[in-house]
Amino acid sequence: MLRWIRQQLGFDPPHQSDTRTVYVANRFPQHGHYIPQRFADNRIISSKYTIWNFVPKNLFEQFRRIANFYFLIIFLVQLMIDTPTSPVTSGLPLFFVITVTAIKQGYEDWLRYKADNEVNGAPVFVVRSGSLVQTKSKNIRVGDIVRVAKDETFPADLALLSSDRADGTCHITTASLDGETNLKTHFSVAETLVCQSVSQLEALQAVVECQQPDADLYRSLGQENLLLRGARLKNTKEIFGVAIYTGMESKMALNYKCKSQKRSAVEKSMNTFLLIYLGILLFEAILSTILKYAWQAEDKWDEPFYNQETEQERNSSPILKFISDFLAFLVLYNFIIPISLYVTVEMQKFMGSFFIGWDLDLYHEESDQKAQVNTSDLNEELGQVEYVFTDKTGTLTENEMHFRECSINGVKYREVNGKLAPEGMTDDSPDGSMPHLIGDELLFLQAVSLCHTVQISYDQPDCLVGGGDPFAHANGFSSSHMEYYASSPDEKALVEAVKRCGYVRSKVSASLSFSRYKLLHLLEFDADRRRMSVILQTPSGLRTLVVACRHFSPEEYIDVEKHLNAARTALQQREERLQEAFAYIERDLQLLGATGVEDKLQDKVQETIEALRLAGIKVWVLTGDKHETAVSVSLSCGHFHRTMNILELLQQRSDNECAEQLLVLLVPVPIHQLSGSVLLSLFSRIKEDHVIQHGLVVDGASLSLALREHEKLFMEVCKNCSAVLCCRMAPLQKAKVVRLLKTSPEKPITLAIGDGANDVSMIQEAHVGIGIMGKEGRQAVRNSDYAIARFKFLAKLLLVHGHFYYIRIATLVQYFFYKNVCFITPQFLYQFFCLFSQQTLYDSVYLTLYNICFTSLPILVYSLFEQLVHPHVLQNKPALYRDISKNSLLSFRTFLYWTLLGFLHAFIFFFGSYILMGEDTMLMGNGQMFGNWTFGTLVFTVMVITVTLKLALETNFWTWMNHFVTWGSIAFYFIFSLFYGGIIWPFLHSQDMYFVFVQLLSSGSVWFAIIIIIITCLFPDVVKKVFYRHLQPTSTQKSQVTWGGGAEHVFQPRGDR
Amino acid sequence: MGEAKGKSGPSARRPDNSAFKQQRLPAWSPMLTANTVLPFFYFMGPFCVLLSPFDSPLSFQLDYTKAGSCDECFEMRKNVSKAALNCFCKVEFRIEKAFKVTNAPLKQLRGDVFFYYGLQNFHQNLRRYMDSRDDGQMVGRTTNLKNPSTYCEPFIKDQKGLPIAPCGAVANSVFNDSFTLSYHGGSSGPAVPVPLLRQGITWYTDKNIKYRNPKDGNMTLAQVFQGTAQPRYWQKPAYELDPRDPANNGFINDDLIVWMREAAFPNFKKLYGVLYRAKKPFIKGLPAGNYSVDVSYNFPVQHFRGRKQVVLTTVTWFGGQNHFLPIAYLITSCLTLLVAVVLTVAWCKFGKNGRNMEE
Repeated sequence: MLRWIRQQLGFDPPHQSDTRTVYVANRFPQHGHYIPQRFADNRIISSKYTIWNFVPKNLFEQFRRIANFYFLIIFLVQLMIDTPTSPVTSGLPLFFVITVTAIKQGYEDWLRYKADNEVNGAPVFVVRSGSLVQTKSKNIRVGDIVRVAKDETFPADLALLSSDRADGTCHITTASLDGETNLKTHFSVAETLVCQSVSQLEALQAVVECQQPDADLYRSLGQENLLLRGARLKNTKEIFGVAIYTGMESKMALNYKCKSQKRSAVEKSMNTFLLIYLGILLFEAILSTILKYAWQAEDKWDEPFYNQETEQERNSSPILKFISDFLAFLVLYNFIIPISLYVTVEMQKFMGSFFIGWDLDLYHEESDQKAQVNTSDLNEELGQVEYVFTDKTGTLTENEMHFRECSINGVKYREVNGKLAPEGMTDDSPDGSMPHLIGDELLFLQAVSLCHTVQISYDQPDCLVGGGDPFAHANGFSSSHMEYYASSPDEKALVEAVKRCGYVRSKVSASLSFSRYKLLHLLEFDADRRRMSVILQTPSGLRTLVVACRHFSPEEYIDVEKHLNAARTALQQREERLQEAFAYIERDLQLLGATGVEDKLQDKVQETIEALRLAGIKVWVLTGDKHETAVSVSLSCGHFHRTMNILELLQQRSDNECAEQLLVLLVPVPIHQLSGSVLLSLFSRIKEDHVIQHGLVVDGASLSLALREHEKLFMEVCKNCSAVLCCRMAPLQKAKVVRLLKTSPEKPITLAIGDGANDVSMIQEAHVGIGIMGKEGRQAVRNSDYAIARFKFLAKLLLVHGHFYYIRIATLVQYFFYKNVCFITPQFLYQFFCLFSQQTLYDSVYLTLYNICFTSLPILVYSLFEQLVHPHVLQNKPALYRDISKNSLLSFRTFLYWTLLGFLHAFIFFFGSYILMGEDTMLMGNGQMFGNWTFGTLVFTVMVITVTLKLALETNFWTWMNHFVTWGSIAFYFIFSLFYGGIIWPFLHSQDMYFVFVQLLSSGSVWFAIIIIIITCLFPDVVKKVFYRHLQPTSTQKSQVTWGGGAEHVFQPRGDR
Repeated sequence: MGEAKGKSGPSARRPDNSAFKQQRLPAWSPMLTANTVLPFFYFMGPFCVLLSPFDSPLSFQLDYTKAGSCDECFEMRKNVSKAALNCFCKVEFRIEKAFKVTNAPLKQLRGDVFFYYGLQNFHQNLRRYMDSRDDGQMVGRTTNLKNPSTYCEPFIKDQKGLPIAPCGAVANSVFNDSFTLSYHGGSSGPAVPVPLLRQGITWYTDKNIKYRNPKDGNMTLAQVFQGTAQPRYWQKPAYELDPRDPANNGFINDDLIVWMREAAFPNFKKLYGVLYRAKKPFIKGLPAGNYSVDVSYNFPVQHFRGRKQVVLTTVTWFGGQNHFLPIAYLITSCLTLLVAVVLTVAWCKFGKNGRNMEE
């Protein structure tokens, strides 16, 4: 009883067995002690919030961010103790920031919620109480029998009961799950395939025993019986299936992955800067507190007759007073931490990332694909890439396979005009003298044509093929109606080639072309084994590039089948057991021959790689191909040059051997460390021509040895090579190489680009992951940060967009710190004149609005539109990319420059105003005097204008929007101040600012002072910029001369490129 | 991105070829080069020189803290128990150069020679002090009159528990010395009192809009203030500050308003009066000669080592004596010209685009 309660309350997890039992149509057993299992309903929830939990949950998430939390603390301090500024001054900006972020997140979540609703509300047909009932998708329960018609998607994970075909099969495509476009055949269990009508299903009493929900798409009990949610029914009129996994327990939902958070280098430096500023803040607060008590040692300063303390102040303990003084200073100076930095950066990234998708140059006409941004957090990282790791197949190449040649029994054959001709034979030999294909060749072709997963789709789509044999149909139908769907383009190329050569065979051996094969087993291809097999009733075969076969006797086959079935139906460790079974089958193979398939290089790969190299980016090609192929592709795509000295690290078998080889390759190693005259000569050879570029070829096995023991040595070699090619790489090794480079002492920024599922680990590992929208499904695209259609787009993405985003955000970050130093330092300086009594210099409204109104828009617009150099120039001169490499705009030096500039400007604002009106100068023609608020307003006015103009000086690209917000901000400040000072505000106890601004501006000398202070602030900056440009121009500035010319120009529309 | 919806066909997802989306907005790209900057520099240099020679107005300062017979009063104010006693003293001084009114039309009788009192080391900018006021009360809200804001602590209620009006430390510590200036002629002639206008020393908006006396029907000011107490350091209630001018009482008293505009720094001066130039010998300003000032010495400064001053000054349309602006403009113009010359040299030497601009 107690246990039942605990279970209900959720203390004990409900009984977890390894399997779940599903009663078809929910006809539970009648015996008494059956406990119904609880399953999730079929609702898909991808939204994070509900209406009820949005506010608390979103607030909680936002305050986990350290800056927000800091401002919350400041706000609470202001609420609790007597501080110089009202809680509004930090509360309102915080509220603003939180609200903007919440609106953005809420909007995104609402979009998800809408998408969910559409899915959950989709109509489905369910068999209930003997008839077909239409209901909403979310109402499906585990055990329901669902009817799915042609071209519909499956609303839940279903176990196939029956289809409209007699053999109980159906075809589906899983394009939306894993991107594979081929048709897959699924079977129903023999016992249920007869239940093709509702009435028959009504009579069905069955139980499905299956695993507990599990995310792996490819590992489930009865793979061929299970129809996954999200997949689509093809070529089949209708099927009936029983729901097994519903809602959030379906495979699709379990595969929603939370992407790992990648943080950009800019964000990291931003956080460092924040910490430095926090240090400055604490320093200022502590200094002020100490100085305050130093002053107050004398009573006459602490409590002169005109400024007596209240009872409460007199009675509080000195320690408490000390702490509250410290907190008050903290509050007074807290604006030095730029509160709106995060929200501005977020808005900039969110809005700025649209430009990538909008770019026509990143749009691929043929496939109608535009660039896609999956995360906007890494925009600026595109401008910082130092290493590019690229996959070869599908990334550098088209992944469009064309059958070229094959070798059978040592004889080379080429495909000539759709015929298979041995090497050396002349093409023009008459048809009659075609070489006869004899036994081996026949077997070879048979093997090639039978061992694959290609499905055929006809124009009459209802006509379906059993088995996987294109031959029978090649002769039965006109081939123009056929279209092949394959999961791998290699297979497609081979099957198409064999089909083209088909007529030769039918002539030679008519019997073959009409023979039917019954597919018994398919041993799927995977990257680790690098092979796949089929077991057929008559012949049997296996192929990758090498084709081999093994004949089974019937006894052997029974044995094999037993193994396989045992492995396939195993509930635990199925993966491992399948591997064993495959290994058991795939042995004693008889070599038949090899096929040669060629993959075309993509457009402009060579130019792109060259551009990347000029930009100072090192390109590594990681491929699974063997060494010779990889090198030849590398040469043809410009990755390796003919003039390059190619170093090889291949087939190293032992650690020592590997180390030696590495030492040989390593240029800067002292000679005495080497032994043996051979090594010495090798070494000196490399040393001699160190002017020449080096290329390194390394294979997977050697690489793992090199990585295991000699990481440093290997890194040293790699750094001296301008191009590296890694061949024979397993997918995980790719990620390992990326991680190695990423964690090397220099911590370079890495980018991985690939198109296939085998590149996913690498894409996720690298700082920036780019997916190519290729033929191998969309898995890489889904796991990437950015996706582009072609490799050549990488050049523009990095050189232009990366450059733009980087300079934009770098200036944004520096400027934010600068303007807050300018803002708060006068306030700090003022304390020296008011005996550290924490009197504010500015009015609270100005304190509040400085960051959210007066200075926010110009920098946002700047960070969206700034271009230092025209995009054409950036793309044509990749070397400009080097100007911003290594996070140079956010280096400690630049940061120091901006910070010191901020302090300098603040000193000028303050002391300029102080000298002007500080002691006892009258500034008005009628002899009247100004007060402290006028002084503060003068400092503030000068500050707003200077800070805005400083950004104007930094701006190189003045669109109408820049003009609008820059001059608009200053105008707004004036208009607002006039308005704010023009009213006696009801309900407020202090009317300090009444007509202060007008009085200030009515003084002629104030105008003169404002002008001279602004000139003094900006003059050194202008002079510095001019001299630097003339004496030490950066290459960026040089290229501006060729293009800019200081004139207003409309850029010409680009030509067709 | 809704524009994609309308399209279909092979290029349905093709992005718009608009200047905005392709980041090709027409733009102006100014560059800070010698060519663009030099003309500006050459223009700015002389321009600043032109602005710099302001005619500097005259100014005279007299520290009367312990000067003349005020020494006794200074000693007397040290003793708090004698705070209520009056003390009068006199300081004599000589003005060598006449305070001539230059640019104001002679017909206009008021103006151009100003009389200030100055305080040194008096911190009107302490936070507790500055906050200790209730503008709600001062702008004439009747609720605040009898119920002042707690910001006024500890000057919110007197010993009897009556609310203070005007409340707070600022009003409480109002400067209460008063002055009479006399002219003794070129030699030792009879003393002529220098007529000082005590109006127009506040901002117009402060006197006429911001500060208002509370109103309650047809009641007199004294009746309205019934039930409130005068500030602790005051000798008269607020409604009796100026017996001669009923419009100068309560919260709209000129001296009170001037004092309520707190100074930003510990050394400050506040306007006390303006020379009235109706009669000889003051028609053209203050003539050179001997003067004396009679002080009603009430304000204690010795506790905070303060000093008290009397300041006489003329004012141009530009304000009072101010060395900062001319000097700043002069320096700036020199610097600008210097930089411009250096830049020109560099420009001539290294060519139009600078030495390293060629690629």
